[in-house]
Amino acid sequence: MSAVLASQDRPQARWAGSRDALHSEWTKLRTITGPGLALIAAIALTAALGAIAANAAGCQARGCQIDPAKVSLTGIYLGQAIVAIVAVTVVGGEYSTGMIRLTLTAVPRRWQVLAAKAAVVSAATLAAGAVAVLGSLLAGRLLLYGHGFTPAHGYEPLSLGTAAVLRAAAGSVLYLVLIALLALGVTTAVRDSAVGTGLVLGLLYLFPIVSAVVPDRTLARHLEQAAPMTAGLWIQATRGLRSLPLTPWQGLGVLALWALGAMIIGAAVLRLRDA
Amino acid sequence: MSVITPYRTELSSSRDGFAQLLRAEWTKFRTVRGWVIGTVVGALIIVGLGVLTASKSMCSIATVTRQNPNPVFHACPAPATGPGGEWVTDSFYFVRQPLAGNGGLTVRITSLTGLYSTHGGLPSGGNLLAGMTRGVQPWSKAGIIIKASTRRGSAYAAMMVTGSHGVRMQWNFTHDVAGTAGKVSAASPRWLRLTRSGDVISGYDSADGRHWTLVGRAVLAGLPATAQAGLFAATPGYTVNSTSLGGTSSVGGPALATATFDRVSRQGTWPAGRWTGQDIQAPVDSALPRSVQGFTQGRGRFTVSGSGDIAPADSASQVEHTLGGAFAGLIAMVVIGVMFVTAEYRRGLIRTTLTASPRRGRVLAAKAIVLAAVTFVAGLVAAAITIPISEHLLRANGNPISPLSAATLLRVTAGTAALLAVGAVLAVAVGTLLRRSAAAVTAVIAGVVLPYLLAVISGVLPAGAEEWLVRVTPAAGFAVQQGAPAYHQVVATYTPGTGYFPLAPWAGFAVLCAWAAVLVTLAAFRLRRSDA
Repeated sequence: MSAVLASQDRPQARWAGSRDALHSEWTKLRTITGPGLALIAAIALTAALGAIAANAAGCQARGCQIDPAKVSLTGIYLGQAIVAIVAVTVVGGEYSTGMIRLTLTAVPRRWQVLAAKAAVVSAATLAAGAVAVLGSLLAGRLLLYGHGFTPAHGYEPLSLGTAAVLRAAAGSVLYLVLIALLALGVTTAVRDSAVGTGLVLGLLYLFPIVSAVVPDRTLARHLEQAAPMTAGLWIQATRGLRSLPLTPWQGLGVLALWALGAMIIGAAVLRLRDA
Repeated sequence: MSVITPYRTELSSSRDGFAQLLRAEWTKFRTVRGWVIGTVVGALIIVGLGVLTASKSMCSIATVTRQNPNPVFHACPAPATGPGGEWVTDSFYFVRQPLAGNGGLTVRITSLTGLYSTHGGLPSGGNLLAGMTRGVQPWSKAGIIIKASTRRGSAYAAMMVTGSHGVRMQWNFTHDVAGTAGKVSAASPRWLRLTRSGDVISGYDSADGRHWTLVGRAVLAGLPATAQAGLFAATPGYTVNSTSLGGTSSVGGPALATATFDRVSRQGTWPAGRWTGQDIQAPVDSALPRSVQGFTQGRGRFTVSGSGDIAPADSASQVEHTLGGAFAGLIAMVVIGVMFVTAEYRRGLIRTTLTASPRRGRVLAAKAIVLAAVTFVAGLVAAAITIPISEHLLRANGNPISPLSAATLLRVTAGTAALLAVGAVLAVAVGTLLRRSAAAVTAVIAGVVLPYLLAVISGVLPAGAEEWLVRVTPAAGFAVQQGAPAYHQVVATYTPGTGYFPLAPWAGFAVLCAWAAVLVTLAAFRLRRSDA
């Protein structure tokens, strides 16, 4: 009798697996106060640092080299770190509490767990990132005009109606999502929050420092082209695109490759190693 | 009726001292393989990045001769070395006579004018000065000088008028004292006087030639009995720094300064003969060629035109720059420092630790001391290996090596190690405060490395904001790695990206230490107050 019931349940259970995995991950993210607060902090700090940078910028005459969109979006340098924390803890937290064993018992197809986590984290980052970027651009629009970024000096007010600014804004949101995926993949591979955070931030912050110190310009340019943060943030450029080693979308593509690589390694480790 | 004997430990009560606590923390550190490996990897990254940087720094100049049309590459020549051992620029036009024994020289300067090129290079052939713009540079200088010899880098003392910094007395390249402010003109001329008495040179200025003010006294140790004295003119090139997406770049070109002197009077033993004009110039330098510099003399009036500068030369971005990998090492140490605390919370070991040593402040102190000692040693070994290797590689690649004093090298080496140690202590404190690995690691890295990053990769923030970031945040501590001092009398790109910090080395390090002290105090408070 019970055997018959079980066989009837099976197809339904399989179909619901993916959706349930997604649902459980969303519940986990939603019911811990940490990630929500962190994402709110990411929004506030991103916009605040952008406003500080816009307030410190100045353009006295025509021919300034300053990119107003890039200045307004300076906060992404800090915001990405907090987005990375959220992504790191989503998987690192499970390993530190042992919850991962329960999760993998409930959803034995391990790639499904990672995919569900990736989807939930991406969606949350997408929402928070959009608010942060819009806030930064609004602060920049309000502040930069008073600091000499006027039509007389060759600057139009920041507006999403401009194709370049729209690319910078949408690209910055995508940038944050890719950073979250990179952090998720790295932490799934190393299984520890501290090591995962260190690796991700090291990967992001060290490339530009090393390429600034290396005196050989060709090597520095190659380093910049390969750097997840430097290349990825070229998406924010609205001026001087010709001087960039890659186009803005190619730059974001470099980061996407890093994120993809990290996710593949993370998935492989999750699949092959005991939890 | 059994008698219950309470349990008494046989261990002596002296075993709960602070030394035992240190030993316990050291055992915890030593026995976690990941932390030991992490420390070693952090040190290896510092060495590796230093070697990479040094091995990629090439410097050579090509020469082509008529006999051999293929370019021959030579190592870059080192700049002249001043009396203090530092690199100097010593390039100017000198109208001189030997001055035997004590004596002096007094002149009046009625004008200082200049020409400069805005477009870098010079036209080949024809009139070199055609197409140049009129105007003096802020540190264009002309005046009187007493110099040990005509050798570049020899000791000197000079009184001068400048483009926009008034009258100055400068000696031995690094010393600069301000005299009367304001620009010189025919309506408001400047009188300058230098007198020698043994090794002491005194500089005076005056607006009318009657009332004199002492500007400064220079002691030039070992000045020969017969020194070279006379009139000079020099000017650094025109430079404009612009910040763009690719970083800070300088554009500009060479400049020429011309000054008019009259009422030249000499005190002491001077020869009766004529003044000799001589262009003091480096083999390779950015000054204008010999043909446009020179002097004219007539009816008591001298006109001297010169190019170049008498000032300290930029000697950064050398050996100490190869320690840039300290950032990578720091990130490794921060991760270990945070885990040293958060791992105890994660495993519940903290309850055992605090039961064994109920005085919680001492537990934190023991952790901080053990970690600081380990990271200091790792950093010291890494820096002590990196510096000689990279110096050897830089030399082999043809780079002239700027002379760093032993004290500076020691400060840079020990400072790098101390930087890692204080960074690790900061991580222990933040780990205790936040108790969460990811948040703590991010907080420390965002506090220490991110400000430096934003300051180094120019083009993101305006210059003023960059300076403040490396002044007030823990990133100020990286100032301890600065090798060469910045000089206010030299126009150069003194930015964190080129290895110069707004705070003095130890002052910057003190800012980092202050952050660490505050955070350790807060951590001790939290550890004492909240349940583990």
